[in-house]
Amino acid sequence: MNFNINRRQALTIGAGAMVAATAGFADIALADKKAADEAIAKFAGGKAPVAGKVKLDLPEIAENGNTVPMMVAVDSPMTAQSHVTEVLVLADGNPAPAVVKFHFSPASGVAEAATRIRLAKTQNIIAVAKMNDGSVFMGTKQVKVTIGGCGG
Amino acid sequence: MITRREVLQVGAAAGALLAGGGNLTRAFAQQKLTQDELLKFDALGNVTLLHVTDIHGQLMPVYFREPSVNIGVGDARGKPPHITGTDFLKRFGIAAKSAEAYALTSEDFAALAKTYGRIGGLDRLATVIKRVRAERGQDKVLLLDGGDTWQGSLGANRSLGQDMVDCMALLKPDAMTGHWEFTYGEARVKELIKRLEFPFLALNVRDTEWDEPVFPAYKMFEKGGVKIAVLGQAFPYQPVANPRWMIPNWSFGIREDDVRANVEKARKAGAQLVVLLSHNGFDVDRKLASRVSGIDVILTGHTHDAIPEAIKVGKTLLIASGSSGKFISRLDLDVQNGTIKNFHYKLIPLFADVISSDAEMSAAIAKARAPYADELKRVVGHADSLLYRRGNINGTFDDMICAALLKERDAEIVLSPGFRWGTSVLPGQPITVEDIHNATAITYPQVYRMPMTGERLKEVLEDVADNLFNPDPYYQQGGDMVRCGGLGYSIDVSKSIGQRISNMTHLKSGKPIDPKKEYVVAGWASVNQGTQGPPVWELVERYIAAEKSVRVTPNTSVKMTGV
Repeated sequence: MNFNINRRQALTIGAGAMVAATAGFADIALADKKAADEAIAKFAGGKAPVAGKVKLDLPEIAENGNTVPMMVAVDSPMTAQSHVTEVLVLADGNPAPAVVKFHFSPASGVAEAATRIRLAKTQNIIAVAKMNDGSVFMGTKQVKVTIGGCGG
Repeated sequence: MITRREVLQVGAAAGALLAGGGNLTRAFAQQKLTQDELLKFDALGNVTLLHVTDIHGQLMPVYFREPSVNIGVGDARGKPPHITGTDFLKRFGIAAKSAEAYALTSEDFAALAKTYGRIGGLDRLATVIKRVRAERGQDKVLLLDGGDTWQGSLGANRSLGQDMVDCMALLKPDAMTGHWEFTYGEARVKELIKRLEFPFLALNVRDTEWDEPVFPAYKMFEKGGVKIAVLGQAFPYQPVANPRWMIPNWSFGIREDDVRANVEKARKAGAQLVVLLSHNGFDVDRKLASRVSGIDVILTGHTHDAIPEAIKVGKTLLIASGSSGKFISRLDLDVQNGTIKNFHYKLIPLFADVISSDAEMSAAIAKARAPYADELKRVVGHADSLLYRRGNINGTFDDMICAALLKERDAEIVLSPGFRWGTSVLPGQPITVEDIHNATAITYPQVYRMPMTGERLKEVLEDVADNLFNPDPYYQQGGDMVRCGGLGYSIDVSKSIGQRISNMTHLKSGKPIDPKKEYVVAGWASVNQGTQGPPVWELVERYIAAEKSVRVTPNTSVKMTGV
């Protein structure tokens, strides 16, 4: 998979995937890691998320916590028989852990989406993907938000 | 400039004077070392890579003490480059007090420096490069510069990198990448790169608006009949460790996927040898080599490690060529059918009293230094003890800077950056304006003075400690620990962030640091835009001038555990 997204590709993905990105869900604007776990459990509908298939592309250390580029991709053939339906992204250290939910269909072609997120402090970014058969997969990446200034 | 002949004559005269003294003398060192012997190399195969990195503005030979404390954590624990002193000598089979021991370790540094003299200088470097090119044939040799070349001295700072660009051009490098180069700001970097006759490679830099590559990722060369792809990797944490406001439109990062993609692209384009010219830092590159296949050689940089052997990770060779212009690496490769069949490697210390000066480069250096010549040699005071910087926790040069800032900024506590560049001054030597700038020459030198709570101070120490001691190298930034003046603490390097620092003490009162109390803190190299205050070199100069003779007593205010 090519992560070298330029302007044209980004626009194509946006249109093709029919991404419905909504920031800050009112119903799951929760305040801590426990809240993030609860949000995952609710999204997974009782299933235990399996580690794998979900790739998060984020910097190891954020250059600017206010706008951190993030990309999520799920390994799926995206056919009518087997495809990703939803991807929930959470930041477990943010006052409101729910970051965004992406919706996909077989017409999306690929299950990938990119956006920028705001991180209050060093924390884990968690992406949970729901498949059309109800199975749930998960990926995690830690992003450090530092004071900075002593590299040398 | 002193020619080799003159040096030998000086040596002979000194030998006569010191005969019967019982100590090693310069003459003795020179009898043991000749240029031919130093450069002797069992040539091999079809390709020669020459690597220099982290020269940090040093046109002239320098004294540079390697670290005595360089702790490795996680998988890097106890492995090179995290071996120092006698352990280092033992690991690499180097005789104590030998020329190599002097160049590569801190053991007996001040004494051996008097024996073996200064190391480096672009004129000596030019001599070696010309000789290797002549011996091997230009069609077999690639010269690669790992960056941190344009910054680190008064001349580099005043000319905004111009002196280094002009002198390096004479060496005709084939490619470079960067780090401190970016602290001249986007416009100046672009201006200087435009004038280079070789590419500035950085596959991990993208513009912040469209996420498109800013610099070429790699360049293909053909040497000795071998198609070679050289990929460039700039310092990944430029906007975190150095001011982001100077390069607001550029985004960095390790970008492991991009490294992988470019390696694959280069292989598909026919590369038989893939070389990563990297400014990641050694531990980051060791991890990268274990995760990205298809890289034959990583020419490492940034963490200033000088390792006299190639380190193998899987099928990848890691080369570490030191800093400050002290060394050049020569790696001869026998490349057959897209793989390295055999290699010979030598890390060559550029002993200034042994290697002859190249006349063309010597003239260029003199010209570059001419505008500041009088200023550079002006004596400010004297060193009564060895002044050096490198070390994970502190160095005596930084102890002096902390003392200067405590006094000149009337502060309770000083925070001074853990940079790894900065040359050494021997006991008894004058401290010149050049020496001061070799440790302070940056484009954001303002010394701030501001109140900070004890809680905030702890956060700063924890934050920097994690940049250095996070067991995952991808989260390390490659500097040393922030140096503290007026503040003592304990650090357990085996713990995680928030848990490493304890026993913080205000040294003057002997009282524990109160999390709620505000302290007057002075510091320099703030990454924040609009920082106010006098340049750090001005305060250090004023302090040394008042002290006249500077003696730094051993710093015992930081206790390290968990090693």
